[in-house]
Amino acid sequence: MTPLQRVQEKFSQDILETHAFRGDETVLIRPSVLGEVAKFLKTTPELDFNFLMDVTAVDYLFFAGGRIPKEFRFEVVYHFLSLKYNHRLRLKVAVDEKNPEVDTLTDLWASANWYEREVWDMFGIKFKGHPNLKRILMYEEFQGHALRKDYPFNKRQPLIGPQN
Amino acid sequence: MSTQTRSMLLNVGPSHPAMHGVIRLIMELDGEKIKGVDVEIGYLHRAFEKMCETVTYTQCFPYTDRLNYVSPLINNVGFAMAVEKLLGIDIPERAKYIRVIMSEISRVTDHLTCIGASSMELGAMSVFLYLIKAREFLYELVEEITGARLTISYVRIGGVKADLTPGFTDRAFQKIAEVRKVLIEADKLLTRNRIFFDRMKNTGKISAEDVISHGITGPFLRGSGIAYDVRKANPYLIYDRLDFEVPTGTTGDNLDRYFVRMAEMEQSLRIIEQCFQQIPDGPIAGELTGEMLPAAEMVDRAKMGQTEGLLTDEVDLDPTLQGSTKKYYKGISADKKDVVLPPKEETYGNIEGLMNHFKLVMYGHGIRPPVGEVYFPVEGANGELGFYIVSDGRDQPWRVRVHPPCFPIMSALPKCLIGDQMADLVPTFGSVNMIAGELDR
Repeated sequence: MTPLQRVQEKFSQDILETHAFRGDETVLIRPSVLGEVAKFLKTTPELDFNFLMDVTAVDYLFFAGGRIPKEFRFEVVYHFLSLKYNHRLRLKVAVDEKNPEVDTLTDLWASANWYEREVWDMFGIKFKGHPNLKRILMYEEFQGHALRKDYPFNKRQPLIGPQN
Repeated sequence: MSTQTRSMLLNVGPSHPAMHGVIRLIMELDGEKIKGVDVEIGYLHRAFEKMCETVTYTQCFPYTDRLNYVSPLINNVGFAMAVEKLLGIDIPERAKYIRVIMSEISRVTDHLTCIGASSMELGAMSVFLYLIKAREFLYELVEEITGARLTISYVRIGGVKADLTPGFTDRAFQKIAEVRKVLIEADKLLTRNRIFFDRMKNTGKISAEDVISHGITGPFLRGSGIAYDVRKANPYLIYDRLDFEVPTGTTGDNLDRYFVRMAEMEQSLRIIEQCFQQIPDGPIAGELTGEMLPAAEMVDRAKMGQTEGLLTDEVDLDPTLQGSTKKYYKGISADKKDVVLPPKEETYGNIEGLMNHFKLVMYGHGIRPPVGEVYFPVEGANGELGFYIVSDGRDQPWRVRVHPPCFPIMSALPKCLIGDQMADLVPTFGSVNMIAGELDR
């Protein structure tokens, strides 16, 4: 039984989409069950995903490829790895544009801390319960979120310095 | 009389000689002891991911050069492999071996820089000079093949830019022997050196649980005793055919990471040697029986319709285009007309080749992967370097995400430092081998 099948079996109600394009097992879920699914991935002995390899997000505004449910603009993408079984799983969480907020995973994996800060910085997606949710790559005075598709790539925001 | 004590806040960086690149640490000190660390990154943010969304897949390569600028070839390979996975194509054997050879050379240069720089910061200036000398030998090899030392942009989607030069194998073996000599020298100078040993031993310690929880890979993970290496766990290219070991440490301190890096360099040199023994022959002359023509003459003949015999003629090119003629082409480029530029004889000599070339380079055309998303990890010098690419079917990526191996290590830096002395910051930070280019992107 692959990790994808196990997740499908357990959370069949809240799964929006699954695929294994080029062998990468992927599951897209509703934001409300993220905490539960993450806990399931970490604590189930047959899955044992002890590595949270990467957290990022994708902005699907004006996406030409179709596929994503229209009501969700963002997807937060988690890449998990199990050292013991050497299997991987990509977990995606559909996030609404109006209320971009998902649960934090910092209590399960310490690596989530900085990755989630980066997602907040670049996409403006909040993480509920994050201990220190502030910008990481950009400076505090930066306006907007740079990796959103409606942020022009050539927009300039020179940092003059902190205002005293 | 009672004395009041309070902790002191000390800024280290953003520009400090012991901070490789720009990073700021705000340290809370109790005397010499580190009580707290706040790591501030982002000073070298150049919007790599955003810029990749504005260019075609091929044009991303120069950006990837500038991620980890001590081993840019591995970044190139990682990005190319991710796009190839997205396209679902395979590349010729010879190109695979060349990629592995170049990746391993880069890994050695990265480790040499890391050990050299961190030992210099501990006062071992001569070791730094020796190791940089060894790195120079390897950079000469890289320069010979790619034409550049840092901004190489050598790998292409579906292959590599140029074949190995004639006589490269001999020169590489010569340089490997030289590098081995330097490594023995450095080992003699460092490993039994009281000062070096005492400053590395038991400093910057981090437990295996913390390393896993922080998602750290590479020498840092292996130094804590976990033998995870992408090259072994998910062998890509031809790593499954090679015989090499994954060195591990036991305690997860700076000394272990030093030993892991030293051992890994030897393994990388072994890999390079094995690759040279196994690599299929090239270049393939094939049906090229005609004469050697200058490029301009070939174009003129084709334009005037004098195409007789042109298919078997060879073109004499500028050295910067070496490797793109028919002779080399088959060995190093995938047989995919919608991905790889045609050989120059085709482009100059007939209209189909010219159209094929234009279809790949014109604005709005180019390489068009199917709609989908892939993640491809390779073993970078600092750990797992992964590229996550989302395609919407156009010639530009919808989203390129790089998983930088330094990033999780930097997030765990407070765990390594708290409880140590202020002076231990230098060896610990050295063993992290932070590369600001990939950390901040």
